[in-house]
Amino acid sequence: MVTTSPLLWLLVGLPLLGSAILLLAGRRADAWGHWLGTGAAAASFVLGVAQVMSLASKPADSRTFIDNVYNLVSVGSLHVDVAFRLDQLSAVFVLLITGVGSLIHVYSIGYMAHDPGRRRFFGYLNLFVAAMLVLVLADNYVLLYVGWEGVGLASYLLIGYWYHKPTAATAAKKAFIMNRVGDVGLALAIFLMFQQFGKVDFTGVFSAVGVPGASNVAHGVVTALGLLLLLGACGKSAQLPLQAWLADAMEGPTPVSALIHAATMVTAGVYLVARSNPIFNLSEGARMVVAIVGAATLLYGAIIGTAYDDIKKVLASSTMSQIGYMMLGVGLGPVGYAFGIIHLLAHGFFKAGLFLGAGSVMHAMNDDVDMRRYGALRKVMPWTFGTFALGYLALIGVPPFSGFFTKDKIIEAAFVKGGTSGVIFGVIALFGVVLTAFYMTRLMLMTFFGEKRWADGVHPHEAPTVMVWPKVVLAFGSVAGGFLLIHVIHVQTWLEPVLGTPAEGKPVLSTIVLTVIGLLAIAGGAGAAYMLFGRRAIPVTAPAAGVLVGATRQQLYADSFNEGVFMRPGQYLTRALVYADNRGIDGGVNGIAAFFGGTSGRLRRLQTGFVRSYALSVFAGAVVITAALLLVRVA
Amino acid sequence: MSSFPWLLVIGAVPVVGAVVVAATPQVRKEAGREDAVRWVALGVSLLTFALTVGMAVGYHSSGDRFQFGRSYSWIPQFGVHFAVGIDGIALVMILLTAFLVPVVVIASWRDDDSVPTVIPAVIPTGYEGAAPHPDVAVVDVADVVDGDGRHSRPAGFFASILVLEAMLIGVFAATDLFLFYVFFEAMLIPMYFLIGRYGTGGAKASYAAMKFLLYSLAGGLVMLAAVIGVYVLSARTGSGSFLFSVLSDHNRLQMATSVQLWLWFGFFIAFAIKAPLWPFHTWLPDAAAEAPIGASILLVGVMDKVGTFGFLRWSLPLFPNASKTMAPLVMTLAVIGIIYGALLAIGQRDLKRLLAYTSIAHFGFIAVGIFAFTSQGMAGATLYMVNHGFSTGALFLIVGFLVARQNSSSITDFGGVHKVAPWLSGAFFIAGLSSLALPGTNSFVSEFLVLIGSFTTYRVFAIIATVGIIFAAIYILLMYQRTMHGPLLERNAGMRDLSWREAAALIPMVALILGLGFFPKPALDVINPAVSSTQHDTGQSDPVAPHPAADSVAATEGTGK
Repeated sequence: MVTTSPLLWLLVGLPLLGSAILLLAGRRADAWGHWLGTGAAAASFVLGVAQVMSLASKPADSRTFIDNVYNLVSVGSLHVDVAFRLDQLSAVFVLLITGVGSLIHVYSIGYMAHDPGRRRFFGYLNLFVAAMLVLVLADNYVLLYVGWEGVGLASYLLIGYWYHKPTAATAAKKAFIMNRVGDVGLALAIFLMFQQFGKVDFTGVFSAVGVPGASNVAHGVVTALGLLLLLGACGKSAQLPLQAWLADAMEGPTPVSALIHAATMVTAGVYLVARSNPIFNLSEGARMVVAIVGAATLLYGAIIGTAYDDIKKVLASSTMSQIGYMMLGVGLGPVGYAFGIIHLLAHGFFKAGLFLGAGSVMHAMNDDVDMRRYGALRKVMPWTFGTFALGYLALIGVPPFSGFFTKDKIIEAAFVKGGTSGVIFGVIALFGVVLTAFYMTRLMLMTFFGEKRWADGVHPHEAPTVMVWPKVVLAFGSVAGGFLLIHVIHVQTWLEPVLGTPAEGKPVLSTIVLTVIGLLAIAGGAGAAYMLFGRRAIPVTAPAAGVLVGATRQQLYADSFNEGVFMRPGQYLTRALVYADNRGIDGGVNGIAAFFGGTSGRLRRLQTGFVRSYALSVFAGAVVITAALLLVRVA
Repeated sequence: MSSFPWLLVIGAVPVVGAVVVAATPQVRKEAGREDAVRWVALGVSLLTFALTVGMAVGYHSSGDRFQFGRSYSWIPQFGVHFAVGIDGIALVMILLTAFLVPVVVIASWRDDDSVPTVIPAVIPTGYEGAAPHPDVAVVDVADVVDGDGRHSRPAGFFASILVLEAMLIGVFAATDLFLFYVFFEAMLIPMYFLIGRYGTGGAKASYAAMKFLLYSLAGGLVMLAAVIGVYVLSARTGSGSFLFSVLSDHNRLQMATSVQLWLWFGFFIAFAIKAPLWPFHTWLPDAAAEAPIGASILLVGVMDKVGTFGFLRWSLPLFPNASKTMAPLVMTLAVIGIIYGALLAIGQRDLKRLLAYTSIAHFGFIAVGIFAFTSQGMAGATLYMVNHGFSTGALFLIVGFLVARQNSSSITDFGGVHKVAPWLSGAFFIAGLSSLALPGTNSFVSEFLVLIGSFTTYRVFAIIATVGIIFAAIYILLMYQRTMHGPLLERNAGMRDLSWREAAALIPMVALILGLGFFPKPALDVINPAVSSTQHDTGQSDPVAPHPAADSVAATEGTGK
């Protein structure tokens, strides 16, 4: 059963209004802008909690609220409504976005306190929250696309928030353009849906594709839809091959990295795949590609994360890698959808906490991000260290912290899926655990332990209270989130009406064995990092590297590849075309003009002004005409 | 229907206004008199706009196909009528025209209170400072010295703008092919003078104006032959006529497809030059770069749309078979234009030329929509014509403000402008987002409709066109980054933000960009019935989805069987 809820639009409306006021009021709002922005996000959170509680009070099969606000476009048989849908899947996202979003707004009050453009920053943050809520609340793919590009815009504005820095401006542009590549995939998927099914809303599309065994849609169409959606997901979620923008996106202020580039926006790709589960259920091939992309990215992210000295970039690669886990999860199909989402929720908490911790560290270190100039910070920043350490334990998956429960479930699901591919995915996921433990332990050791390697004039200090308590709240999530989500709230059961009920299955290896292997993997990765970075002094400048480490420091040459294959040739192409347009096409046009100019110049000489030559031409013409007439007669 | 001759009045007001403006005594450097010219021009354009809005209020989207019709016999020997009437497509184009002209008038006002605009020719070499050079003459935007050193008074400029407005309204309102042709050609004259006489000046402007005129005339001549051909055909089966109602009656004309093809080509050449489609585009960057900003806005924002409007009004209904046969050709040129225009835009170093090339890409989208023959494609194309007027109009407007400040439209002369002029930069950004068709801006709706409407009939072309949205992001964001982001260039340090006059021109544009982005329905409600009639003329209908969704939307859980 579907219930109409006239208040859903307000979830989006409040932050959108906040954003409009903040951006239009100008300097007048500088004094209170950050409070308004935080208030708008918090109000949206309170409303969201109320709506979700009301949703939860319904029986499991009638947990869908619809708010049909207005008709956006109606042409021919195409109807697109601005309609919001709160169901079990969007509910968890609403809580994540507004909850973590509000905390990060609070944190930003302190973090951006000395920035002259703080009001503008909060305007952009509100805009992001509104767009992200549109994305997850949309009841049709077109509105989802509106939110999809909307978060891309907010991401662009926030990455390039310090627009006077060329690196920031370039990073913002790079993120938007790479996202647009993905957006093409999503757009084409929508076109294909309309062409095949005549609908673009979830209910219509999913009822048209049918269920496995009872679908008359061509297999190629479903697979194409799945792959196009995946292309969109890759752009937004920084998955291979569209991953290169995320590390650069760290140019944005750290709260942005926490909210957009860790907890919410970058996970939208996982949401898209999970939301479109009726399509993926029908295509084994598309699911397989999703899983391959996820597995490849989880390895890639973890590998490049081992080599960065920039604390935010380590966390960014970690995000990429963790989203790889989620993608792998949803790529496994019904056995993994729910666990992909649950890992996403858990990750949202602990990774946001880690980024906020990194932000506090940077604040203390005069915005230096190089971990080689950190060290021994645990004594001067006890709160930051404590909350960060809990996030660290959650991320690498030490029991009983959050990630242990959620990541293990994905690894387990891979083995449940079984077959050669399932085992391969499982092994890759386990190897990812080793790398995760390695790079995070390295980060912890370089930042909080060892000797002081601070630059001159740096006097680290604990962050102000307003920046501490959001981290404490998030640390609570890092500690208990995984257990609560899986064993207390039973999110996997809650999501079943949307994501389907997985068939019962046993993993190829027993759960206990998997857990033990997982723990050994963590111990191995962390131990190796301790041997390399905990027991020796860390040089302030990076030591010379061999081939492997060198390649890792270059992100396995991903940027060089993009530059060499797309950017440079693209620049040469545009330059060549500019030249060709001026010389070739326009040259042709001007050539025609010159031809006529020249011809008439020559013809002009016929006009001699001598009557006798005119008389001759008249006579010649008369002869021709007479001859022609005679010929026609004869014929 | 209303008995008030709306269209005739709306067409006549700017003409009368132009005469008044031209007749206003022109005493040199008596500021009062010169201002009178501007106020008269503004008043006339606002009156025209108000009348147009009044007409639009009286328009019934569910009423007759052509409304406010008036028909007078003009040249009875050839069955020529002075016949006007508007459907929804013409209505939105006339509204766009009447809206943009006051904006152009305000934007072309003098800048007494600001850094003056100086003629490029008199800039001392080495002049690079932000402050005006004391020796440089303070000259009005519309008051430039032409080659002979004579002063061209603003009266001529504003009179030309108003005459152009009347011609544009006429060309959209004409329901007689001959009348359409007359306006189609006549509108070249004021634009020729606007580019050549009031533009950037010098040999390049003369070259651009002459190129524009000759190119357009050449296309027009080919079309004239086809117009006569159509008339001859109509004369065979009854008394000859140029009326749309007669010519679009296929039962009466019985044109063979081969005949249709020849005539279609005649129209196509003219419209493809006007719109312009690749490879007929090279006049546009020159013209748009050399024209004064106000004229560029009308040229790219409205006048070029006469080409795509011509496809919809004349080519498709008159020659449906030929249009359908030749659709792959037009689609090919259009998608080449989308990619080519975008790549060229990326490579430009001059803001005005860059915008001209982006428009070539946008015209490609419009043509794709029209020749998709679906209701979504055609409605999207029509809406695109309107939306592009706002987005590119706003971009040209702001580039004009930048040129007025720095006397340069070269991208490298700007940088970090956002820091000193955040409102100008913000408006530039929103207009840019509209140009790259971001959801929430007007252009998204039209571009989305064009692409989804063409995907159902011409999938490959639609896919290539969709890839064009990546390039759109590149050219807009690259331009924005180079001009507005990055460190503030020293020469931009003293740049002021928007003045109230500039804001007055810009705010309605930005409001419409966002307003039509969130609520496109009012425009689509007017456009849809007209598009439906046009589609009916072509004998085409929307393809049916092979796997339609079950209609029971209320079905629980969406578990369709």
